[in-house]
Amino acid sequence: MDRRESIKNILLGSALAGIAIGSQSCEPDLEETPINLEKPKGYGRTPFEREHDEKIANSPDFFSADELSAIAALCDIILPANDEVGGAIEAKVPDFIAFIVKDLPMHQLPIQGGLMWLNGESQKRFEKAFVALDTAQQLSIIDDIAYPDPKKESTTLEPGRVFFTRIRNLTLTGFYTSKIGIADLGYQGNRANMWDGVPQDVLDKHGLSYEAEWLAKCVNQEKREEIARWDDKGNLLNN
Amino acid sequence: MQIKEAPKEYDAIIVGSGAGGGMSAYMLANAGMKIAVVEAGSFFDPKDPATMTQMKWSYESPRRGASTNRAFGDFDMSWGDWKVEGEPYTNKKGTDFRWWRARMLGGRTNHWGRISLRFGPKDFKHRDVDGLGENWPISYEEIKPYYDRLDKMIGVFGSNEGLANDPDGFFLPPPKPRLHELYYIKGARKSNVPVIPSRLSILTKRINKDRGICFYCGQCNRSCSAYADFSSGSCFIFPAQKSGQVDLYTDCMVKNVTTNDEGLATGVSYINKKDMGEYQLKSRVVVLGASACSSARILLNSTSKQHPNGLGNSSDHVGRYLHDSTGSGLTGFVPALMDRKVYNEDGVGGMHVYSPWWGDNSKLDFPRGYHIEVWGGLGMPAYGFGFDVESINKYIGASVGGYGDKLRDDVKRFYGSIVGLSGRGESIARYENRCELDEDVLDRFGIPVLQFNYKWSEYERLQAKHMVDSFEEIITNMGGKVMGEKPGKDKEYGLLNPGQIIHEVGTTRMGNDPLKSVTNKYQQLHDAKNVFIVDAGPFTSQADKNCTWTIMALSMRASEYIIDQFKKKNI
Ligand SMILES: Cc1cc2nc3c(=O)[nH]c(=O)nc-3n(C[C@H](O)[C@H](O)[C@H](O)COP(=O)(O)OP(=O)(O)OC[C@H]3O[C@@H](n4cnc5c(N)ncnc54)[C@H](O)[C@@H]3O)c2cc1C
Ligand code: SF4
Repeated sequence: MDRRESIKNILLGSALAGIAIGSQSCEPDLEETPINLEKPKGYGRTPFEREHDEKIANSPDFFSADELSAIAALCDIILPANDEVGGAIEAKVPDFIAFIVKDLPMHQLPIQGGLMWLNGESQKRFEKAFVALDTAQQLSIIDDIAYPDPKKESTTLEPGRVFFTRIRNLTLTGFYTSKIGIADLGYQGNRANMWDGVPQDVLDKHGLSYEAEWLAKCVNQEKREEIARWDDKGNLLNN
Repeated sequence: MQIKEAPKEYDAIIVGSGAGGGMSAYMLANAGMKIAVVEAGSFFDPKDPATMTQMKWSYESPRRGASTNRAFGDFDMSWGDWKVEGEPYTNKKGTDFRWWRARMLGGRTNHWGRISLRFGPKDFKHRDVDGLGENWPISYEEIKPYYDRLDKMIGVFGSNEGLANDPDGFFLPPPKPRLHELYYIKGARKSNVPVIPSRLSILTKRINKDRGICFYCGQCNRSCSAYADFSSGSCFIFPAQKSGQVDLYTDCMVKNVTTNDEGLATGVSYINKKDMGEYQLKSRVVVLGASACSSARILLNSTSKQHPNGLGNSSDHVGRYLHDSTGSGLTGFVPALMDRKVYNEDGVGGMHVYSPWWGDNSKLDFPRGYHIEVWGGLGMPAYGFGFDVESINKYIGASVGGYGDKLRDDVKRFYGSIVGLSGRGESIARYENRCELDEDVLDRFGIPVLQFNYKWSEYERLQAKHMVDSFEEIITNMGGKVMGEKPGKDKEYGLLNPGQIIHEVGTTRMGNDPLKSVTNKYQQLHDAKNVFIVDAGPFTSQADKNCTWTIMALSMRASEYIIDQFKKKNI
């Protein structure tokens, strides 16, 4: 079988296997597996997990509307949209943060306290809440907490730094696990394919190459469909 | 409460459907024995769309794959982990063993790492080498034919390297190394650490018409819907069901083995989770494959006039010699892997290369070795992705911190530049390290739970020290920097808690002397000839390998012995 045929086969094989119905009747012969093109809903939860998800979905937000808008303002500062790609707001990162604090309550207090700190600092400097500041004013505070303390002596800003690190982390995770973020990153996987080694241009760039001896052991994708046969000593006869 | 008895008698009851129990079910059913498989977890089939997580995107989970409900993340195919709702365990004061349980058909084989290593000749007779622990009553030569058959039956990729204590086999061809693995090969060799293709039970090539071939999604821990990796359901239980010889009881938690006046087993008693009623099944043979600690617990809970100390426990050895693999690790940042071209390198669900143990313990300050597992690459972002990414700048003297486009650039520059090395090693089995019943605590089925009492010794700590020292050297050889602090003596060199590597063995160890062991070399109880144990309980010792390939080879061997003895009417 030629290589293209074989790729088509694995694509088909996986799709068939993935959406097969009648699981109890373990009919493992791929050719005979009935095709159900309807994608199952959900993401494979157990009853206990479904209950957990429902409980969270039906519970009120942990944060107040004011807190949520401050979180959104921070998300937008951390990953704003630019000419090429949408930002944290478009990727609905504030919604993710609103969810995750209910799912992982360990985030609640540090974020709530951090927002209080941020508003306190805003009041101190500009006599307004953080969301009411203009962009330059907001950034003047953010610039003080978005980097490690250069002199390692100011302790008054330290709580702000710790807080900002947490919000930055959650914003990054929320964004890069979203559809927009994954596309922006360029992740190419999570699809049926046939791994056949590092692309040659990448090897070249790194000044690396596969050793002939090592390659000789590796799978020959042209013959992957042939049922494996060995001699008595364990030498594979049809790779 | 009334205990309900089923009228018919099975030839054998198999408790647990994981690696050990699944193999036994497959063998016994195909030999024509009428069997019941009793499994505490729910029915699971890797290709059932309702429970499947393979090929899901992170954003399909509202928590983006965080480990809120599953210790190894939302998409990991384990129902249950170190905590199971309503099924506690306890630890003796000052000790902290972690007990992983997967409550599902196929047990832990649905999400395990598929690292499938034979034990070597030395591993069965290690006392002869260093005077520690106990020799197995069997040798590599006796197990080899079963390993050979297992390789062909299940499929495992790897390569024949002719190494003395990492035996060759009947391998499928391995996948080519990924980029970070090529860097690892270079770095490790510089320190004279050998690197060879890894050995995983994943089908890179067809072995039969019933199972699919790997399509390189890198997600074996989510369980393969194409049946291209080994799980007990797809490879043992479902094929065994085709024989028509198997009655499958899922959601049924075995409490104890029932015995008669002669002290022989008559069947099992179990709680059906659906109605919480207690039921009994009868059989001529009972095969325990509930996992090393669970089978020990069942035996200890099976007390009778003939077995006052628990079934099989006249020697007081049930639960003793519990031992897990050691584990420690380091993470490195490799500048040469910055600014990578992004392409699909998901590969198989595990490493493509690894390092078997290379050291000479006679020249080292600890006994027994470890192997090195490698991870890294351009994986799918999930919860945790991007955390502290800007801080990596400190390793290249660039400015740390920030937001906006600078932060975006950091994410892309550092994507794929982090490599992790993990050591998985052999600990020494000790009489004192054990699990026993905690009579004060019951689970939700009213069954007394296990109490663990397990401490590492200086041997394991010194081995962990050797791991982190070697890993630091290899990471440095790769031009990398160790991330975070390298754990020192105060942190026991990063040595993980016992139970965290999830290779627990030894609780019903085999031996020729009934005073010092629980089973004979056919995994048959010394105290009751129609009871067998086919999980990792009978392991006399660990090895610097993961244990599951050996569990299955031994279960195949024990099962053939059962078939033989059954046919001869000896049991
Ligand atoms: C994340 C992870 C990665 C791993 N990676 C590897 C690896 O790469 N290589 C390797 O060799 N090993 C690995 N292991 C270990 C491997 O999974 C186990 O060694 C193996 O599954 C043990 O097989 P078993 O049959 O003894 O037990 P299990 O697979 O745990 O099966 C036991 C079954 O018995 C059932 N059971 C328990 N108690 C009862 C009861 N009272 N009544 C009825 N049923 C019961 C359980 O629900 C379960 O289904 C890994 C484990 C984990 C969790
Ligand atoms: S990596 Fe291969 S074997 Fe593993 S789950 Fe994906 S397709 Fe299946």
